[in-house]
Amino acid sequence: MSVGIKINHAVKAYGDNVVIPDLSLEVKDGEFFTLLGPSGCGKTTLLRMIAGFNSIEGGDFYFGDKRINNLDPAKRNIGMVFQNYAIFPHLTVEKNVQFGLKNRKISKEDMERDTKQFMDLMHITEYKDRMPERLSGGQQQRVALARALVIKPDVLLMDEPLSNLDAKLRVEMRTVIKQIQREVGITNVYVTHDQEEAMSVSDRIAVMNLGEIQHIGKPKDIYQRPANLFVASFIGRTNLVNAKLVMKDGKANLCFADGYSFVMENILPEEMHDQDVIVAIRPEEVVINTDEGIHGKVDDSVFLGLNTHYYILSDDVHCIHTEDKDDDRFELIQESMIDEIIPNGSEVCLKIKKEKVNVFTADGSKNIVKGVKNDKYLYGND
Amino acid sequence: MKKLLKFLSNGYLWLTMLFFYLPIVYVMVFSFNESKSLTRFTGFSLQWYKKMFESRSIREAIYYTLIIAVIATVVSTIVGTLTAIGLSKSNKVLRAIVLQINDIPMMNPDIVTAIGFMLLFTSLGVTKGFGTILLAHISFCIPYVILTVMPRLRQLDDNLAEAALDLGATPFQALTKVIIPQLKGSIISGALIAFTMSFDDFVISFFTSGPKVSNIAIYVYSSIKRINPTINALSTIIVVLVTTVLVIVNVVPMIRERKIRGAQK
Repeated sequence: MSVGIKINHAVKAYGDNVVIPDLSLEVKDGEFFTLLGPSGCGKTTLLRMIAGFNSIEGGDFYFGDKRINNLDPAKRNIGMVFQNYAIFPHLTVEKNVQFGLKNRKISKEDMERDTKQFMDLMHITEYKDRMPERLSGGQQQRVALARALVIKPDVLLMDEPLSNLDAKLRVEMRTVIKQIQREVGITNVYVTHDQEEAMSVSDRIAVMNLGEIQHIGKPKDIYQRPANLFVASFIGRTNLVNAKLVMKDGKANLCFADGYSFVMENILPEEMHDQDVIVAIRPEEVVINTDEGIHGKVDDSVFLGLNTHYYILSDDVHCIHTEDKDDDRFELIQESMIDEIIPNGSEVCLKIKKEKVNVFTADGSKNIVKGVKNDKYLYGND
Repeated sequence: MKKLLKFLSNGYLWLTMLFFYLPIVYVMVFSFNESKSLTRFTGFSLQWYKKMFESRSIREAIYYTLIIAVIATVVSTIVGTLTAIGLSKSNKVLRAIVLQINDIPMMNPDIVTAIGFMLLFTSLGVTKGFGTILLAHISFCIPYVILTVMPRLRQLDDNLAEAALDLGATPFQALTKVIIPQLKGSIISGALIAFTMSFDDFVISFFTSGPKVSNIAIYVYSSIKRINPTINALSTIIVVLVTTVLVIVNVVPMIRERKIRGAQK
């Protein structure tokens, strides 16, 4: 029986070192919920607190209505899939899958039926007598999933389950995971640092940084209307540019360094005043080669079939360097056209799709464009 | 030139082997001697083996040696394995300190350890006998078990125990069903090493045993003045036994590895 998870004001500390200061969230019953963040953001720590492998220094954890803070991992009825799978090397595939059932008091027939059902579901029945050392990474992953699901856990916890697989298998397995999760209808908490993986599998994502939740929402909402600058630059690629918000005739004008400006219709009412801002422009939110826009020169281009990436250098407008992106150039993506790729050195203008871009306060703490949906505040986070 | 080099290096090897094993071979050969002489081989006979098994004191010495070795092996294997598992979960500083201390008895000359035990038992007022010799053997065997089990534990994936726990196993079940099976090979090696250490120990046994209890080594030492080839027979048996155990310790892991590699092919 699948249940929802509720976490109220969780605190995690190692001695004086506070890793998670105060964190609250809710995972709905049957939801595929992802904790996403850079390494060291506390996502695995939080998952291990839910699993019972890490102590809880403060706050309350609930599975449904049951408080689980002091419950042993064995009694939480969880299924966990580890980054390195943690398949028992001395047991065959079948014995691995059965391990959890043997610890429960069920009849032999039920045990054999369930084992077979989940081995079939994960397509590993043909390997049932093999030892784990003779399985590929993808097969081990399937055994780990079958082993976790066969005990019919209330919640399925997954800690970076795909990070040890090669790129192609990763894409294949994430589809499998999503499918199985839907089929079994189980609440799933999934930890990853790969934003593309998170977006492809999740119902909702919690983006974390430094032990705090930045944004909880559907993949689309997080991508299109990130709550703050961290989320904007962590999810997807983005060009960050300094600009000024100037009020004229009661309208907010977004002005760039080289004089290009346009009216923003969707600024929050309380932010309608002159201020320095940071604009986040995704590579696909720019149109090239129009009469108006930011002036620049094509520095380089990369043809990738469906799309062509251009790198544009502007004299006056420079991109802010971030961890992922450390050059001044604008990155933009255009659908490849049948005629020539724009040659390097060409003078171009970059017109910005103003309804799509996001505008942040100068400190990056807040998106001042309307339409940000952040569930973080529903659960009592500051 | 090449041939000469090869001949020299082979010769060197054989000389070394001869140097190592000639005394042992000598003892073994003369255990089958017909006469009582220790220098002149007069003919083949098994009479010294027969005499050996007829002697009550030798039978007793063999009995004590075996019973002490078996108990010391079982106890030190259990204690050493659990200590190693505990250490692998404890903090780094504590682990480093305990492992350093663990090395000391192995590097220490036996005589120092032996006198230490003797003084300890004397000052505690314990009568020396079977109990004291057994305690001493258990104590000097434990470090060898820890030393053999520890490296395997280091390779072990921490998540295995956690995986067992979240599948509903109690911590004890996680230990017996998941952790111990992973350590099986190194636990067996540790036990065999402990067994040989206990079986052929003389110095520590000599200082911790009482007048009523003597193991093979002590018996051999005490009968050296009235030397006769039964000692040779006894020594031969010890050598054969210890060699067998050592061969098992070294060959079993090799066979297992080959099996795994074969399976992977």
